[in-house]
Amino acid sequence: MTQELDFKELQNLAAEILGIDPNEVQLDKSFQRDLAADSLDLVELIAAVEDKYDVELSEETLEGMKSIRDLWVFLEEKQKSKAEA
Amino acid sequence: MALTTAPRVRSDALPLRTFKAKGRPSAIFGLGVHAPARVLSNVDLESLMETSDQWITERTGIKRRHIAEPGTTTFSLATEAARKALAAARVKAEEVDAIIVATSSPDGPFPSIACRMQDELGAPGSYAYDILAACTGFVYALEQADSMIASERADTVLVVGAEVLSRMLEYSNEYRHTAVIFGDGAGAAVVRPAPAGAGFKAWCLGGDGRGYAQVTAGNVPLGAYAAKDERPIIDMKGPDVFKFAVDIFIRQAYAIAQEAGISIEDIDLFVPHQANYRIIEAAARRIGLPMERVAVNIEEYGNTSTATIPLALHDAVAAGRVKSGDRVLLAGFGSGLTWGAGLLEWA
Repeated sequence: MTQELDFKELQNLAAEILGIDPNEVQLDKSFQRDLAADSLDLVELIAAVEDKYDVELSEETLEGMKSIRDLWVFLEEKQKSKAEA
Repeated sequence: MALTTAPRVRSDALPLRTFKAKGRPSAIFGLGVHAPARVLSNVDLESLMETSDQWITERTGIKRRHIAEPGTTTFSLATEAARKALAAARVKAEEVDAIIVATSSPDGPFPSIACRMQDELGAPGSYAYDILAACTGFVYALEQADSMIASERADTVLVVGAEVLSRMLEYSNEYRHTAVIFGDGAGAAVVRPAPAGAGFKAWCLGGDGRGYAQVTAGNVPLGAYAAKDERPIIDMKGPDVFKFAVDIFIRQAYAIAQEAGISIEDIDLFVPHQANYRIIEAAARRIGLPMERVAVNIEEYGNTSTATIPLALHDAVAAGRVKSGDRVLLAGFGSGLTWGAGLLEWA
């Protein structure tokens, strides 16, 4: 059975790490430009995401993460491949 | 978002080695610290490079660092801290059986700082040497002291962490990522056999040489001498180190608690290596320790490598935050990469 990803959950997680309101965490928001996340915030967020969703992000994937959408799409793809496995 | 179960381990992470303390238990009986009088504030740094008090504070938690006057030796800071630790422990220098100095900034290749201290303090015949494990050095040295006491090869061991890191910093835009972080200072502990029930309970020690290029001073492939690197400058891959540091703090806390047979909630005080406030905060949050149980004084000293743990422990003890029977977790990580943690019940 595939577990549905809950965007609210990701919003809350990102908001906690970045110290912002969960409603600010929207798909089109850029980490750096819109959410004022610096490199250390991103590392922390990714570590929290890895823990919560039991996934690992490679350095290359990490470098490509520019917005919440990038992170969401990555998680959706991981979820899909887990379901197929 | 505290972890309630053991942390997830990255697929490329190395296994941790933990050890239960065996033989005669040892404990810390006196602490001493010393930092140079000269203080360099974030505002002072604004005139040396493109940076700001706000930027440094937000990213590191550091407000000031103590910087030695030119010509100050690591030996002199180490000796001052050691004298204070001996006085606090009410131990005479001649009672010292061994002196172990952990440093990332020795005054030269040899002789060791420990041997100069043996002469200066008056501890004739004691077993004296320096160790290099970068910022983890103080924990490694404490573990060696514990082993000596456990095996009854020594009754009194002087353990010192001392640094003049400013000799390896460059206050320029190119190196501001390390220049704003590091400072000078020293801390010392007198380790002796523990009273019944108290003392070190468990250790976690290790290294991962695959990460050798993450924190460096000078040319690594050739070595500073062959590269004719007259003044090696500290360099660091910040985000990589951040990730490693948070991860290893969490894993060590769980591993050592398990080895000692206690739970995370039983830890009364966590004394982490003071590398960056955000590393400490991120680790504490995920370990599940409230900041009231974490010793932090990075705002005053910055990262003094081997000296941060004794400096932070000393300040916590001086503030009355540690009482007899408290479980104290000391944990560090550093260049190498290296890591180490010790869990003790305060005497």
